[in-house]
Amino acid sequence: MGRLDPVFAHTREQGRAALIGYLPAGYPTVDGSAELLTTMIDSGCDIVEVGVPYSDPVMDGPTIQAAADRALRGGFRLRDLFTVVERVAAAGGHAVVMTYWNPVHRYGVDRFARDLAAAGGLGLITPDLIPDQGADWLAAAEEHDLDRIFLVAPSSSPERLALTTAATTGFLYATAVMGVTGARDQVGSSAEGLVARAREHTDLPIAVGLGVRSGEQAAEVAGFADGVVVGSAFVSRAEDVTAVRALAEELAEGVRAPAPAR
Amino acid sequence: MTSPEDGRVRSAEPTEVEPGSEHEPDRHDPDARGHFGPYGGRFLPEALIGAMDELATVYEKARLDPDFVDELNRLLRDYAGRPSLLTEAPRFAEHAGGARIFLKREDLNHTGSHKINNVLGQALLTKRMGKKRVIAETGAGQHGVATATACALMGLECVVYMGEVDTERQKLNVARMRLLGAEVIPVRTGSRTLKDAINEALRDWVTNVETTHYLLGTAAGGHPFPMMVRNFHKVIGQEARAQVLEKAGRLPDAVTACVGGGSNAIGMFHGFINDPGVRLVGYEPGGHGIESGEHGATLSEGTPGMLHGALSYLLQDEDGQTVEAYSISAGLDYPGVGPEHAWLKDTGRAEYHSVTDAEAMEAFQLLSRTEGIIPAIESSHALAGTLRLGRELGPDGLIVVCLSGRGDKDMDTAATYFGFMES
Repeated sequence: MGRLDPVFAHTREQGRAALIGYLPAGYPTVDGSAELLTTMIDSGCDIVEVGVPYSDPVMDGPTIQAAADRALRGGFRLRDLFTVVERVAAAGGHAVVMTYWNPVHRYGVDRFARDLAAAGGLGLITPDLIPDQGADWLAAAEEHDLDRIFLVAPSSSPERLALTTAATTGFLYATAVMGVTGARDQVGSSAEGLVARAREHTDLPIAVGLGVRSGEQAAEVAGFADGVVVGSAFVSRAEDVTAVRALAEELAEGVRAPAPAR
Repeated sequence: MTSPEDGRVRSAEPTEVEPGSEHEPDRHDPDARGHFGPYGGRFLPEALIGAMDELATVYEKARLDPDFVDELNRLLRDYAGRPSLLTEAPRFAEHAGGARIFLKREDLNHTGSHKINNVLGQALLTKRMGKKRVIAETGAGQHGVATATACALMGLECVVYMGEVDTERQKLNVARMRLLGAEVIPVRTGSRTLKDAINEALRDWVTNVETTHYLLGTAAGGHPFPMMVRNFHKVIGQEARAQVLEKAGRLPDAVTACVGGGSNAIGMFHGFINDPGVRLVGYEPGGHGIESGEHGATLSEGTPGMLHGALSYLLQDEDGQTVEAYSISAGLDYPGVGPEHAWLKDTGRAEYHSVTDAEAMEAFQLLSRTEGIIPAIESSHALAGTLRLGRELGPDGLIVVCLSGRGDKDMDTAATYFGFMES
């Protein structure tokens, strides 16, 4: 059983997709990020991804790079991550952490899992850890009852889809396009194809990320996926809590109005 | 030395060099998933795994394909100018306690450094994969120039990412790349040096992987890069071994090389790795001195961590954030290092020390004035270390140092450093 299963059971019952919002911890400040993430939950995010600012974010476009850079310059420390997760969990939110692997490796994989679970986190999304390299994480996730959310890409072969879905719990993260994070005008038809290909291997909920920024796009993605991930669009509004709330509300409407499958 | 469990790095009887043998699998190859002991592997986004698998498959086939090996050897001979010379440096050696010192002259290769060995190999693989576009990172510009050169030769589109700091200190190489038809993109993120150029190249690759080969310039990154780049550079050590046997009548006491990412060093070391009597010594950039905190001495001062796709030694803080490296030499200014070096350090087969900017610049000037050879500042780190090692070994010592590149590109830096531009 995945820790996030009840969330997707609920959204499926409502005939809609889950809204998953991303924001780096420590951006614009530690307190500020906790408040924004809480606002995102109150305004319609079913799950939030708490990002770990990292010095070398090779999967991120300019918006999230700049946010991570600012958080690190502002003195963000890894221990602040657990504070933010704790506050989100205390506010009743479902929090998972998204992180590049080196900070976890350095902290100690088991220790990280233990502290994340203790803070009320439900799982970990690992953009540069593939299950083939993740034996220690798979064991720690088991031990501390955390979801291990791996990514698949349009370039993933059937063999890799099988391997990755078999290692994943909670939900599968499908990257909509080949590229880095960042809001895009079009999410691309490759996402729909990828979700269909992944479904041949798994009954897991599948969330689509990379590029979604509007209610209309959220509705489109909700037409074929179980979850819609929005990152850069939130990050670029982080200076303005009203704008964050408005975006979450718009996206929440979008995921409740799934577009008919093409 | 003691054998680790898997027995990959153990001593053996010296073997004769066989032409072309550098491509054959041996016990120094990593495991199937690219691990050298605990190091290496693939810590990369899933989106790139398909391309890495394809590259590994194409390379494994090519390295045993006589057509590929012949074509590469032909290019190395007729285009790059191999074999490179082995030159004795007696006047320089007078400053090293009288030990005999031989220079492996990678500076005489076409484009002026060892980088061409790897670039020609990977460019041939690019064509085999049917890809038309090549991207590369560069620090000092040597790898960028070599890549732009091979792309011009083979009709491939070429984009080179280079940190903005490096485009300033290596302007001449930027001009060379552009002349050769490459697009040079200055990288303005992070430290604006080699590390961030690699980040930006990886972002390009993840977006354009279907049409594009990432021609990585050092023996680092995810599998199969560390093994493949090493194998393309093994020719350095294999030639040097045969040449020193011929000229000195015996194997050297040590071979030395500078280590940034570690590509010239790993190529040099592998010519002698099965000769237990030959010390393998790498010199890392000590910058303003280890105690200043401004250096790039990853193996000496780092801890295990992931950067750019592999587990190796890394300059990082206690939260796993990469710490910026510093060196006067743009080509060594990198907080990571190839994973096989981490393994050679841990097993004790190779040793690594640091050399400061000042020591390197002194050796840079010394070689110029004693031998009439202007070395790259990168290679000057190996020369400075060799001076130290020579004094340690005494007059009976014999050292082969990898002179990985020539110093023409460093004239701006050197003229400023020594005040040659003052009237």
